[in-house]
Amino acid sequence: MDWNLLITQLMNGLQLGLLLFLLASGLTLIFGIMDFINLSHGSFYMVGAYFCGTLVVTTGSFVIGIVGGLIGVFIVGALIELVIARKLYRSDHLDHVLVTFGLILIFDTLVHMIWGSAGMAIPLPPVLDGQITMGSIVLPTYRVLIIAAGLLVAALLYVLVSKTRLGMLIRAGASNRTMVEALGVNINRLFLIVFALGATLAGLAGMLIAPITEASIGMGNDIIITAFVVVIVGGIGSVKGAFYASLLLGLMDTLSRSYLDDLMKLVMSGDAAETAAPAISAMLIYILMAAILAFKPQGLFPPAGAK
Amino acid sequence: MSEVMLSIRDLNKRFGGITATDDVNLDVTTGEIHAIIGPNGAGKTTLIEQLSGQLKPDSGSVQFNGKNILDYPMPKRARMGLARSFQITSVVMPMTLLENVMLAVQANSGHSFRFWSRANDNKELRNAAMESLTLLKLEDRADKLAGNVSHGEQRQLEVAMALAMKPRMLLLDEPMAGMGKEESAQMIAILNQLKGDKTILLVEHDMDAVFQMADQLSVLVNGHIIATDTVENIRNNKAVQQAYLGDSHK
Amino acid sequence: MKLVPSNVSGRIYVVLLLILAAAPFIFESIKQPFYLDLLSRALILAIAATSLNLILGFGGMVSLGHAAYIGIGAYSVGIASYYDFYDGWLHIALALGVSALFALITGAISLRTKGVYFIMITMAFSQMVYFTLLSLSEYGADDGLVIYQRSEFPGILDMESSTGLYYWILGLLLITLFFVHRLVHSRFGKVIVGSKFNEVRMQSLGFNTYRYRLTCYVISAMICSLAGVLLGNFTSFISPDMIGWARSGELIFIVIIGGVSTIFGPVIGTIAFVVLEEVLSKITVYWHLIFGVMLVLLVLYGKGGIHGFLSRWDTKEGDES
Repeated sequence: MDWNLLITQLMNGLQLGLLLFLLASGLTLIFGIMDFINLSHGSFYMVGAYFCGTLVVTTGSFVIGIVGGLIGVFIVGALIELVIARKLYRSDHLDHVLVTFGLILIFDTLVHMIWGSAGMAIPLPPVLDGQITMGSIVLPTYRVLIIAAGLLVAALLYVLVSKTRLGMLIRAGASNRTMVEALGVNINRLFLIVFALGATLAGLAGMLIAPITEASIGMGNDIIITAFVVVIVGGIGSVKGAFYASLLLGLMDTLSRSYLDDLMKLVMSGDAAETAAPAISAMLIYILMAAILAFKPQGLFPPAGAK
Repeated sequence: MSEVMLSIRDLNKRFGGITATDDVNLDVTTGEIHAIIGPNGAGKTTLIEQLSGQLKPDSGSVQFNGKNILDYPMPKRARMGLARSFQITSVVMPMTLLENVMLAVQANSGHSFRFWSRANDNKELRNAAMESLTLLKLEDRADKLAGNVSHGEQRQLEVAMALAMKPRMLLLDEPMAGMGKEESAQMIAILNQLKGDKTILLVEHDMDAVFQMADQLSVLVNGHIIATDTVENIRNNKAVQQAYLGDSHK
Repeated sequence: MKLVPSNVSGRIYVVLLLILAAAPFIFESIKQPFYLDLLSRALILAIAATSLNLILGFGGMVSLGHAAYIGIGAYSVGIASYYDFYDGWLHIALALGVSALFALITGAISLRTKGVYFIMITMAFSQMVYFTLLSLSEYGADDGLVIYQRSEFPGILDMESSTGLYYWILGLLLITLFFVHRLVHSRFGKVIVGSKFNEVRMQSLGFNTYRYRLTCYVISAMICSLAGVLLGNFTSFISPDMIGWARSGELIFIVIIGGVSTIFGPVIGTIAFVVLEEVLSKITVYWHLIFGVMLVLLVLYGKGGIHGFLSRWDTKEGDES
């Protein structure tokens, strides 16, 4: 039993899960409260990475990159909400699909025009570029940071959603939007904050992963689907659901890619296992989604009293 | 001819803290018009929804034609002969009146996995549909779009569709909602004509109408039936008068 | 459920059909064979769009994963050819069989949901196909699969020539349009259309709407896979990109722009889209930006969204939304 490999893969799974959580939490809130389907949420992920990258390269400071990037994405998110999303809350979902599809095209092309078609590498400061050794286990420092950051944000979100007034409004809105409106809350401001917050979280995910994978055009477009699956599995409108579902899916996906072929070799020939395993591990999270839909269609942790 | 067609026993339904249906017991005899009246919010539509299969009750039983139908989905109950009309007009707006009623006929003429012939040209569907429309005095409006006719005519369409299903029993949820005096009178006459031939359970707000049609009257208050009796007896019933304090009735 | 928008003369469509029939000769005479390629691709897409319109326009089922069926069709040709099976009928049988099975399973699950859920789930399932094919390195993964020889239909039609292939495509398109037309006006079609507008109503009449909608979904998937078979033959290079959800999004856009719930709508939409794509890409390499902006403006300011925009074309009785 290669413990080093197992620990590394668990960490990778955890990392993927937390990144998915950053994406899915915003998505699930925007769905749950505004009933708005945002295919272009992955664009905030991309924009975050590019903003951060540019700032790091120009100022040499990773901290400025992160902070500046977050502010930048927040503004972009707020603008999109004000100019576009706001006009569509009462529209057909089909309209949401088409508009946000258009937004993806716009964002991708703008990024292309501004930063060119090659990806952007984001250098890590030396302090983060090393490794941490714990006994016989060696872990890259940066990945530990990502996990720490992800858990911190999850904790902050938990506090926000369950202990603050804003969080209460968010939870109420996720269960019953009309009620919240009837209570005289400034619904426009609430929506704006939720939308911009969601975008910022997505942007954070992008800038966290970019030093490892490079910032590139359209980098958010595939992972956003996985985020949608997380939202379905966790329950629309539920941050708690998004948390558990992201970790579940992140671990499932990572571990199956490493270990499924070995598992399958126990019951079939080596060649068959090697061909089939990658395909099956690619399908696993969707099979899980299908299973959830069959047995618990509102998701694992639907918000109380939700439809 | 005095067998029970529909039998409701101990029906209960709660929504969170609200009891919408509270231990309801009711029998509908074949061939009668049985009306359910009650103040706003009494739970009348919720009751109809549980009978038609749109809503699942928490406990209790419903027997229709001798069969326990609580586990039957909506389409199955419909094909068994339980036809429903909706309180909030629920027809297919972009189709004509004729097409709407033809749908009702089609639903009860075998399966619809027929992919080739034009449904609109089918004589059997047309004739049966026209019969229903004629009963409701809508035959002249047959080719108008459902979305383009008056509210009263849409209410009539609801009943025409229910009738076209050749049902054993009609569940009518406020068929005359929003109708003027003349249209209501017409509807009452039509429903009275059906008495004996069809069994009707109807929910209605309009007291005068109910008094002119019903053989039996059940009063629903806060989800519970407080009295079931003939029209005369109900009118003189103290508990019922109390429940309606403030409501105008003759 | 009109054949064409009511204020556009039917005669225009007859003329259009004649032009399409004569296209190879027209393009040859003006020495622009490239346009035949463009038109071929457009008509293949039109078949896919027609299949999507069946469930989206007529049935109200917004599938954001229909490109998966194009992929299944294309890969049926690709994988069979990889193993040196070039028989066209085999390719078609494979495409129809696999797409029907996939549609049955995923449709059975997806159709238990509505609205936003349905859209997301169909999208997720097509991503599943995408990633699965991507991970099968045997069949080229993201490098794709090259086909060296087109499907063989011995004695019937030669797919190797562009003109031959074009007529196959046109023929299949016309058959599809006719089939969809009959379907929509049949009893089955009435149930599907009725369920789009008022599913509870239909159930209360006695229709098992789930079964009918699932059947419609499977039929639509099978037609779409035929488009994929043609596409595989047409491009000779098959890659998972055909299945991306951006492709599905394009199909939805085409269907909307062409006019939902008309039979010829998808054809118009496809031609408009392909022409737009051609024209815009000549203006700038950043044409996606213009396209995206147009999409956004169209939805925001076309009165009542795109539905409203298009139903203004139909001034007679017969509101499409």
